[in-house]
Amino acid sequence: MTTEAGSETEVKEKAEESAAETDQSEKASEGAQEVTDAEGEDKEKEKEKDGKEGKGIARYLPTWLKKQKSQSQTSPTKEEPPKEESNSKDTQEEDGPVPEVNGHAEEVEEKEAVKSDEVKEQEAESHSTASADTEPAKEEKVQESAEKSPEETVVTEEGEGVEEEKKEQEGEGEKEGEEGGEEGHTSIFQSPLRLVRKSKMKLVVCRVTLLDGTDFTCEVEKRAKGQFLFFKVCEHLNLMEKDYFGLSYIDSHEQKVWLDPTKEIKRQIRSNNWQFSFNVKFYPPDPSLLTEDITRYLLCLQLREDVASGRLPCSFVTHALLGSYTLQAEVGDYEPDQPRPLDNVGQLTFAPNQNREMEEKIVELHKSHRGMTPAQADVQFLENAKKLSMYGVDLHHAKDSEGVDIMLGVCANGLLVYKDRLRINRFAWPKILKISYKRNNFYIKIRPGETEQFESTVGFKLQNHRSAKRLWKVCVENHSFFRLNAPEPPTKARFLTLGSKFRYSGRTQAQSRVASSLIDRPAPCFERTSSKRISRSLDGAPMIRITEATSENGGDPHLELHSDSKVMEVDLSPGDAEATPTQSLEASEPAPSQSPNRVHGDNIYVRHSNLMLEDHDKTQDEVLKHQASISQLKRSFMEAPPPSPPQPNQWEKRLTSSPAPTIRIQQQQQVESAPQAEDAPVAENEISDTKEPAKTAEVEIEETVVVQEVSIAPKPGLVTVTSPQEVTVEKEVVVTVETKEAKQESVSSESESEEEAEYQPNVSVSICHTQILEEEEEEEEEEEKKGVSVPDAPSLPAEVEEEPEQKNNAEEEIQAKSNDDPITTQATNGHSLPEDSAVAPEEEEEEEEEEQEEQLKMNGVASVVEAEPRLQVICCSEPPVVKTEMVTISDTFAAQKTEIATKEVPIVHTETKTITYEAAQLDGNGDGEPGVLMTAQTITSESLCTTTTTHITKTLKGGLSETRIEKRIVITGDCDIDHDQALAQAIKEAKEQHPDMSVTRVVVHKETELAEEED
Amino acid sequence: MAGFGHYTHAIVRGIPASLAKEALRSSQSEVDLAGARKEHEAYVQVLGTRLGLEVVELPADESLPDCVFVEDAVVVCGDTALITRPGAESRRKETEVMKAALKNLNLNIVEMTDENATLDGGDVLFTGQEFFVGLSKRTNQKGAEILADVFKDYAVSTVPVLQGLHLKSFCSMGGPGLILIGSSEHAQKTLKIMQQMSDHRYDKLTLPDDAAANCLYMNLPNKGHVLVHPTAEEYPESATVFDKLKDHMLIPVSNIEKTKVDGALTCCSVLITKRANI
Repeated sequence: MTTEAGSETEVKEKAEESAAETDQSEKASEGAQEVTDAEGEDKEKEKEKDGKEGKGIARYLPTWLKKQKSQSQTSPTKEEPPKEESNSKDTQEEDGPVPEVNGHAEEVEEKEAVKSDEVKEQEAESHSTASADTEPAKEEKVQESAEKSPEETVVTEEGEGVEEEKKEQEGEGEKEGEEGGEEGHTSIFQSPLRLVRKSKMKLVVCRVTLLDGTDFTCEVEKRAKGQFLFFKVCEHLNLMEKDYFGLSYIDSHEQKVWLDPTKEIKRQIRSNNWQFSFNVKFYPPDPSLLTEDITRYLLCLQLREDVASGRLPCSFVTHALLGSYTLQAEVGDYEPDQPRPLDNVGQLTFAPNQNREMEEKIVELHKSHRGMTPAQADVQFLENAKKLSMYGVDLHHAKDSEGVDIMLGVCANGLLVYKDRLRINRFAWPKILKISYKRNNFYIKIRPGETEQFESTVGFKLQNHRSAKRLWKVCVENHSFFRLNAPEPPTKARFLTLGSKFRYSGRTQAQSRVASSLIDRPAPCFERTSSKRISRSLDGAPMIRITEATSENGGDPHLELHSDSKVMEVDLSPGDAEATPTQSLEASEPAPSQSPNRVHGDNIYVRHSNLMLEDHDKTQDEVLKHQASISQLKRSFMEAPPPSPPQPNQWEKRLTSSPAPTIRIQQQQQVESAPQAEDAPVAENEISDTKEPAKTAEVEIEETVVVQEVSIAPKPGLVTVTSPQEVTVEKEVVVTVETKEAKQESVSSESESEEEAEYQPNVSVSICHTQILEEEEEEEEEEEKKGVSVPDAPSLPAEVEEEPEQKNNAEEEIQAKSNDDPITTQATNGHSLPEDSAVAPEEEEEEEEEEQEEQLKMNGVASVVEAEPRLQVICCSEPPVVKTEMVTISDTFAAQKTEIATKEVPIVHTETKTITYEAAQLDGNGDGEPGVLMTAQTITSESLCTTTTTHITKTLKGGLSETRIEKRIVITGDCDIDHDQALAQAIKEAKEQHPDMSVTRVVVHKETELAEEED
Repeated sequence: MAGFGHYTHAIVRGIPASLAKEALRSSQSEVDLAGARKEHEAYVQVLGTRLGLEVVELPADESLPDCVFVEDAVVVCGDTALITRPGAESRRKETEVMKAALKNLNLNIVEMTDENATLDGGDVLFTGQEFFVGLSKRTNQKGAEILADVFKDYAVSTVPVLQGLHLKSFCSMGGPGLILIGSSEHAQKTLKIMQQMSDHRYDKLTLPDDAAANCLYMNLPNKGHVLVHPTAEEYPESATVFDKLKDHMLIPVSNIEKTKVDGALTCCSVLITKRANI
């Protein structure tokens, strides 16, 4: 049970990560157990997986265990196949018998709660120090594990032994589950509301100001957590899509602060004023994707307030337009015979500087909305509001390094820098490697640009330490919510570190969307408080636009689904009633190409792909209107790399054989994988003859060869050769880069003091998603190039893009600044360490296991092997991908390559194979000297089935000039490409072409899409 | 966004004889006044006759040699027109006639009165989703701020104009989400900054000649995407690039003479969208 203990500790620690009461002794023990953590996690996870798989509430809750997942995933690399096999079988067997899974959502929920109770109790047993505040984390953990897909075989070194252990625990858990079951929970979707202890507590009256201006009063126990109150409020509001909202309070410094749901209220407010306000915390970039009208209504209320107060600036015309929709929603159609319509308008506040002229305009526009239902008016309101440039931007006062007053705006896309009203810089989330604060400084570490070798750090000064911390928290939360699939686990147990371990603990937008897509209640009636108008909400409002509201072309999947479920509810006994509709939903969803519900499928796909598309409003709109683009999107969605088309048969099979919740999980994962493809419409178009493997039985092979050549001395070079077959390729390559960065992170994250904290958006956990997004970014660049080279045609000068000085101004500035900055120094110095850790993958296979463990100890989580992120990516897109093989070859040991037989798995659709060759890194990157960029150029040439991208960078570094050539060859074809040959060829060519250079890295990545193997 | 380029009106202004000698220019060159007038006539003809825009022609003013370049005097977006305060002092009075003309079109007029602010319309790139304002010799931060204040709905980002007169001396819109950009180093650098600053994604079309990247894009009923661009005689290399725009109706317009006084195609008109209702 030692290992178990380790993980427990960790879990606990996570739960408390944000809690004010950090138990020092406990911390020490964590430190000691850190070593065992890794294994423990694996086991824990496995245990959980076995127990919970298919119980599907998973997606309702955050899944921050991904970090652990990533760790464990390093093992498959060197695993012996038989073990994996047995393990995966095991997993599946245990999958089957779980009976409750067909129960309706609530039921499952309860079980989950029960489960977590049980876990908690276990914990209490093993640790007397265990605090009672672990529920949320427990939930999450449980759920995370459920999220794991069956085929994602997790194998620990200890294999069988662990399994027995965990079975035991499972049994135990079930027993205990029954007794724990009575502990109620009030929310349907969310973790149970629970008070801290079951002891009698003093009750306190909380007053919460709601969005309509009314107050909601309720009593909570004095030691209740933020969550409790929040759920109470949501319950009162009948709100299910609650993840976008939050409670805030005014702190002693008159600042509005978000109430942390995981902490006790009392400890946060630090006063006797239990006064809160309910607000939108994350503004959904596309409100039309919200499921329920009531959610949109609340969002509208918030925005009306934002607009009227001037927080959300807009022009006269927009003020008038928004006001007219408000009027339509609140008072209905314009009544011409109403004596003095303006009186009506005058009572409402629409704008900070409302005047007669505006009111007249509002009335005038109001006339044109005749016939619009309140829900439709809300939709229109939101459609217009979301386009405003300051929509969802949370502004913070700051100064730049020169003391100039600026504003920092945190939003869904990243961090914006404003000077007065002007945007002077923007850091998209994928550009940001790390967010940290120290005293009153706030820092972001920026990913190096195409031609820069080192990340830079930008610092801002905030008014005081509190505001720096507040900004940091908001960033962490926004990043997690909008960019991650699942919240990141709180900081790993880092020995002797202080500082905030705060992490976002709620559901991410991705999770929230999946959850709300499963909302299965009749649209709730709610009263529009200002007008007392009862909303006749339309079920399908999410997709309704004025133009479409009247059309019955089935363009709105939601509508249909709802009617489905209604039918079901009539026909079935209550117990089944909720499960079945879900299934019907599933049934129509995954069967895009073959099922008779074709239209259905299409639409649902669209809906899902929309989920991740907020940046591309245009695309969305088109999608909603044109079937053509729908199918295009659908295709790309299904093509989400690694190519993993949903397979109708598979889906159907699962429908009948496996529990519904499992299916839901898969949906989510599909959704997760969607953005990659979606985000690359251009690329997609260019390779538009992609097939739908679900229909065809053809074999697709993808192969990537990446040769990276770096020689240090006078003229080092870097050659990357890549030869695969689809868009996916670029991703592969990028991943490589990524890992390095992650490693660097882990090294530099060591030193912290009380007054600071940092957050690395893409360390392993987030890898899964963040990475994908980063890849997109890269892809975008690729696309740009394509975009140019296509219109420019082969022979034009524009085709070869020379970018001698790619660093743009802003970035240069940054660099300059950061040079004086301690953090930067740290970052750059840290560079040498990552190089060291990068050596790890080069170790001999046999040694790698140990090596791995060592790494884990050393670096915490992040120093995963090269291949790992890839795995992650693959795992995202669930059903098809099964076979994964990773070989790392070390030059040092002259090992050419070793192949490992892949485990046997039930369904094989895609095969991914990556071979990495890395020479011992003599590279001087570690010297921490930034070097001066001399020239950089990228040459792209394309022929029918190969794309060669050569990236040449010349830098001047300490008197030496260094040339790096990175060549990436992408080969696309349907025949089998000889892996070994490709690799050998690539190396040979590279050596021939640049005899004075040394090859430092070769990555061969192959992706094969196999024919569907029908069972 | 949907209505990007749906122009209905164009404001142009005649060429004064003083242009030949007195108009500002960055390089010494002889302007053939007759040639310039002929070219301008053809330009106006394209807008009015060929493309069917309602053209408002303002009379030339001899005291304002640069007055033909109406773009600099105003920034129109939607129903709002911001009368600028041109960076060149000799051009400040150009706005007067312009203001009157815009009033006649029932636009909401906002004037830039701040004496510290300067802004040339040629430094303002509206993409349909946001503004980029080039900080140049003619446009300063304050001017950009006022613009941001007037068009509150949109993000306004400033970008440095490293070389050339105006931001639009080397770029313009070529369609919704398509930026035409010159291939010079500074143009490419500016584009990179714009891309970094934007939440939106833009395609780009790179033109070998910077000046050729200044074109007039319109989306007109029955005509679809229209691009009024420089001729092959002026920029033979760039002309072939325009041919790649398969979906666009391409209209080459000669602009040799006005180019000598830094006048590009967009400079010579103010395009306005007047919706029937609202």
